[in-house]
Amino acid sequence: MKAKVYVTLKNGVLDPQGKAIEQSISNLGFDGISNVKQGKFIELDINETDQKKATEKVNKICENLLANTVIENFKYELVA
Amino acid sequence: MKAGVVQFPGSNCDRDVKTSLEKCGFKAEYIWHKETSIPKLDLIVLPGGFSYGDYLRCGSIAAHSKVMNEVKKFANNGGNVLGICNGFQILSEAGLVPGVLMTNKSLKFICKEVFLKAINTDEIFTKKYKEYNAIKLSIAHHDGNYFIDEDGLKALNDNNQIAFKYCSKDGEITADSNPNGSLENIAGVYNKNKNVLGLMPHPERHCDILTGGTSGKNIFEGLFN
Repeated sequence: MKAKVYVTLKNGVLDPQGKAIEQSISNLGFDGISNVKQGKFIELDINETDQKKATEKVNKICENLLANTVIENFKYELVA
Repeated sequence: MKAGVVQFPGSNCDRDVKTSLEKCGFKAEYIWHKETSIPKLDLIVLPGGFSYGDYLRCGSIAAHSKVMNEVKKFANNGGNVLGICNGFQILSEAGLVPGVLMTNKSLKFICKEVFLKAINTDEIFTKKYKEYNAIKLSIAHHDGNYFIDEDGLKALNDNNQIAFKYCSKDGEITADSNPNGSLENIAGVYNKNKNVLGLMPHPERHCDILTGGTSGKNIFEGLFN
């Protein structure tokens, strides 16, 4: 089973990198682009066929390492 | 007084810290990050620099290294732990001090002298700053922008856990004296029990008049008497 994990900053947390990207997009001449936020995408293989067990495992991995839940949210998809 | 300085792959202030500790009267030794036991110590310092490439988030990989299990046990048993710069990032990622260090507001690495106000001067690492209006120390970091949510900030204030704030040379806590965007100018925080301190500035760089002053010694010397 494969897990695709997305880690994003929580609302209200300062995201200067997102701001810099937004500025750059505007410099390219694209209008009407706002709220650019930068996050992380992490993919991993789990040697597990049981959906529930895999979910539990990925959840723990996200909470303990992949995301810092003080400032970040995470979500994931499990793909067989 | 015995101190241990943890060496992670990428630490680069370890030698400065050890030298400064010895200058302050400690018997100091290095602790390798793969250690699964540590000797009897009065203080453990997590030095600045980098660790494991600071992949994912600064300090996040180091926070789960083998030696950190021992550091956590030591801290939870009341042992004194000081995390400087990357060491602060590691402590926060390990959950030993509250909050998180994000990328500087300016997105730039900042290396300069700053002034600090000691907020709680009753505890072991800060009690020797009672007489100071503004303490001059150096910062050198890319990710020192302290953040904690509203409830967390309230808890910090209620428990008197804020150790240092960035201030002007006259001791005024102003927006202009905030180098990196830290919430409420916070530069250093204690854990709840006040035996663990994380701070972004480098006290070890101010332990000799040849390197700009000796105001950093007070942090280490708080452990004696």
